[in-house]
Amino acid sequence: MNNDNIRKELVVSAIENGTVIDHLPAGSVFRVVKMLNLESTDKQITVGINLDSHKYGKKGIIKVANKFFESEDVNKISLIAPSATLIVIKDYKVVEKRNVEIPDEIRKFVKCVNPNCVTNHQNIATRFSVIDKKDLKLQCHYCEKITGKNTIDIL
Amino acid sequence: MKNRSLISITDYSKDEYLKILDLAEEFEKKPTQNILGDYVVATLFFEPSTRTRLSFESAASRLGAKVIGFSDATSSSVSKGESLKDTILTVCSYSDIIVMRHPREGSARFASEVASVPVINAGDGGNQHPTQCLLDLYSIRKTQGKLDGLNVAFVGDLKYGRTVHSNVMALCNFNTTFHLVSPTELKLPSYVKMHIKNSNLEYYQYTDLAEVMPVADIVYMTRIQRERFSDPIEYEKVKNAYILTASMLAGCKPNMRVLHPLPRVNEITEDVDNTSQAYYFQQALNGVYVRQALLASILGVK
Repeated sequence: MNNDNIRKELVVSAIENGTVIDHLPAGSVFRVVKMLNLESTDKQITVGINLDSHKYGKKGIIKVANKFFESEDVNKISLIAPSATLIVIKDYKVVEKRNVEIPDEIRKFVKCVNPNCVTNHQNIATRFSVIDKKDLKLQCHYCEKITGKNTIDIL
Repeated sequence: MKNRSLISITDYSKDEYLKILDLAEEFEKKPTQNILGDYVVATLFFEPSTRTRLSFESAASRLGAKVIGFSDATSSSVSKGESLKDTILTVCSYSDIIVMRHPREGSARFASEVASVPVINAGDGGNQHPTQCLLDLYSIRKTQGKLDGLNVAFVGDLKYGRTVHSNVMALCNFNTTFHLVSPTELKLPSYVKMHIKNSNLEYYQYTDLAEVMPVADIVYMTRIQRERFSDPIEYEKVKNAYILTASMLAGCKPNMRVLHPLPRVNEITEDVDNTSQAYYFQQALNGVYVRQALLASILGVK
């Protein structure tokens, strides 16, 4: 009985190889899943929401077995989860642990705030340069308008 | 500049602006030259703009190019629901260069990314209209004999006026002192002012047009539109405050010239037209020379 419990817990909490995205704001987990395109992967994924965290009160966590993200790929989640930590696991050991960084350029998944921007009317992938990382300001590559922290809408 | 699209005024460098202006001067001296006889220019006007289209078509025709295109989206395949990408790809196989105007902001940049031929932006919504900016630079240089170190006043709607924004950006290359005259609601946006500051130049803001008249070398007038005001009472208060009349020209510098991107409504009274300060009609004519220069240099003929 006891042994079974331990095993079950292990399946949930540890992965042999893969990536753990920790310290997600609890409400952002599903959006992060979508952003990283995890809905369509065949890898084993474990998602935890509203877990207790010393630092943040409640947090979310995503573990993806046998998957290693490109920095570029994973950095985009910094837009909705700036506090996220990326942990790379190999052979049950943490081989890398770092905070996500806001990238210089963002493609595809942010909507341009300008209703008259061509990307909101034609089938065009959006593209932004990050012109202010501290205050989060994104300049649209097409219409040149600024999408700010409070107007970010994730596609 | 061969084969390079012109979408935003910041796509070109100061040296490239000057190259275009010099070339435009050549065309002003000899406007009709058969140097583009082998080329087809497509003018795709997804929204009507008679003035800009005719200016481009006149420029192309005077250089011997053939012009194809449409002047209104309703008379094109767009009205059947064709995507912008498909329209551009199709037109690329019929032409050597595309001049396009489109109501959506960013459409010209997108077109230049899918097109196999260079694209000239003739206005994408409220975003950019770089050929207007270049013809303004040409007009300023022509009337003042130089571009460097001038006092340029921009008057009217400085918040939404795309011409003002691109002109300010371009003039930041020329050691300009900016005089910004507008109602409080329509001040120049802070990101454009930032650009002035970052270029280590000075700007002064006014609400009274009379104040800038004695200092300005160029007074660039723009129209204030009623729909820009959230409060109609505010509009009624300011609508007559930014109208230039002949009597206001009394104390101005002798070299001062009045520019306006046209069409004007009532912001310059007709009695200004006959003064030596009025330059807005010649300014429109200069557009043809500047567009000739752009077509010739982008097609690699000059």
